[in-house]
Amino acid sequence: MVKWNVGPGALSALLVLTLAGCGSTKLDTPAPVETRTPGDAGAGANAGNSGKPAAESNVASVDLGANASPPAGLGRTVYFDFDSYVIKDEYRPVVEGYAKFLAANKAKRMMIEGHTDERGSREYNLALGQKRAEAVQKAMALVGAGEGQLEAVSFGEERAVDAGHDEAAWAKNRRAELKDR
Amino acid sequence: MWSRREWIGALGAMGTAAALPAAHAEFRVEITGVGATQLPVTALKFRGEEAGGTNLVSAIIRADLERSGVFRFIESTQSIDETGVPAFPDLRSRGSDAVVAGSVTRLADGRFDVRYKLWDVVKGADQGGQSIAVQAADLRLAAHRIADAVYEKLTGEKGVFATRIAYITKGAGRYTLRVADADGEGGQVPLTSPDPIISPAWSPDGRELAYVSFEDRKPVVWVQDLQTGARRRVANFKGSNSAPAWSPDGSQLAVTLSREGGSQLFLINRDGSNPRRITQSSAIDTEPAFAPDGKTLYFVSDRGGSPQIYRQPIGGGNAERVTFQGSYNVSPAISPDGRTMTFVQRNGGGAFRVMTMDLSSGAMQTVSDTSDDESPSFAPNGRLIIYATRSGGRELLMTTTLDGKIKARLPGPGGVDIREPVWGPYGR
Repeated sequence: MVKWNVGPGALSALLVLTLAGCGSTKLDTPAPVETRTPGDAGAGANAGNSGKPAAESNVASVDLGANASPPAGLGRTVYFDFDSYVIKDEYRPVVEGYAKFLAANKAKRMMIEGHTDERGSREYNLALGQKRAEAVQKAMALVGAGEGQLEAVSFGEERAVDAGHDEAAWAKNRRAELKDR
Repeated sequence: MWSRREWIGALGAMGTAAALPAAHAEFRVEITGVGATQLPVTALKFRGEEAGGTNLVSAIIRADLERSGVFRFIESTQSIDETGVPAFPDLRSRGSDAVVAGSVTRLADGRFDVRYKLWDVVKGADQGGQSIAVQAADLRLAAHRIADAVYEKLTGEKGVFATRIAYITKGAGRYTLRVADADGEGGQVPLTSPDPIISPAWSPDGRELAYVSFEDRKPVVWVQDLQTGARRRVANFKGSNSAPAWSPDGSQLAVTLSREGGSQLFLINRDGSNPRRITQSSAIDTEPAFAPDGKTLYFVSDRGGSPQIYRQPIGGGNAERVTFQGSYNVSPAISPDGRTMTFVQRNGGGAFRVMTMDLSSGAMQTVSDTSDDESPSFAPNGRLIIYATRSGGRELLMTTTLDGKIKARLPGPGGVDIREPVWGPYGR
């Protein structure tokens, strides 16, 4: 009578033989996995990135949920100084967070709406708001958002969030907002 | 009895123009300023004008002529109509040079027969008159046409009292595009929207208004037929579309588009086809305004580092800078004779003021003394400018003579902000 040694090694050897018999999946060379986010190490990154062969039992992991939602807790607004369309450092995370979201979700599109405070000509302010929206668009494209995914438009001074006539109000109105499309 | 010279001097010393009798309070005409040489005239009550309800013809005529800045009113209690003869010695002793009188008679079919006569008081001569039969709804228009006739007879220039203005109001979360008589009354509403409407522009034939609407969640240029209400998008490209300006022949519009990045000027046909880019800068180019000969386009550009006014030949050629004083010059409009530009300048203290510039000499003049002015535009006879300003916390409309001396506040709907007036053309 043959006694099966059911120690772990024998068990795994048995498994390997069984599965090798199925012949459908090569465990030591996982199927190529599309890298969904540039530079994203992620959990269970495929072994294709590293030079050494993966362990035989390695299973690559694809997380469709990664970057499937917009970044949480960042807000959707970039604020600007008077007469400026420069994106200040404190708003870089907003820009880059949403850019990565779009890069990972090519079917998603967003609108960037530029705004100004109330001072001056309405049409000149419409153009200033456009500059702010386009500055955000360019910055997002640099981090991977596609050109077809973003449209930059302006509301000029027409959609103030604060109707006051002082600098505190004006500062709240000088902004670009990211909206879903 | 005062001599005429003393009378004029006394009026000048008082420094204010006459106010209307309380019975006509509805017109709310507030006129300030005294012109250097104003023609003294008299407007007698028209016999039967109460039949027209609150649209008292003589009061409308008087308000029109006062607002022009060209006339001073001399009171008289004479009671005649167009068939009578004024007592000239009495008028002469009061210092009046001309008198208009007339009648309003209700016809059997419900219309009104409005008649007037104008006399030269100095010569004691009949200057002619007219009879106009109108529906009740056109009584104000009849009065405006008489004011135009009197104005033309006494000054030799066309009057603008029968023309219309368009402007935008904002209140209670609604935006309304309105068309009113040049005196601000009789407002009608071509468009109401929960989203902003800006930059109205009259087509040269007065039948259509172009404007920018945000109803598509982005700025798009529309054109609307005033009589039918039919409206169409004429510039709806990627990005923002705005600042419509009609060519003088009505066949094209200049618009500001960001379809190629930034804000640049394009020409499009009136149906929106064939966009052609006409500025090539990496700056903001916007607020186009055609010169009346259709050959030059004025516009605002910050290509020099700050918003200034430039002009460029439509057919091609370099842009030439027009404003050199101050760091913020915007919103150009050109007079119908092509000789004067009105615009808004922000001064060192941050106040935005309506200015005029003689285009051949470059000489500039401040026209207003308020600090939040916008959107100046010329009347079609080039003698008045309409603009919006803020006073007492509310936005309102003003007209002014080009020298800034005679100003009138226009009545409008109460309780809302009024902005972006634009004066319509002759003919309705």
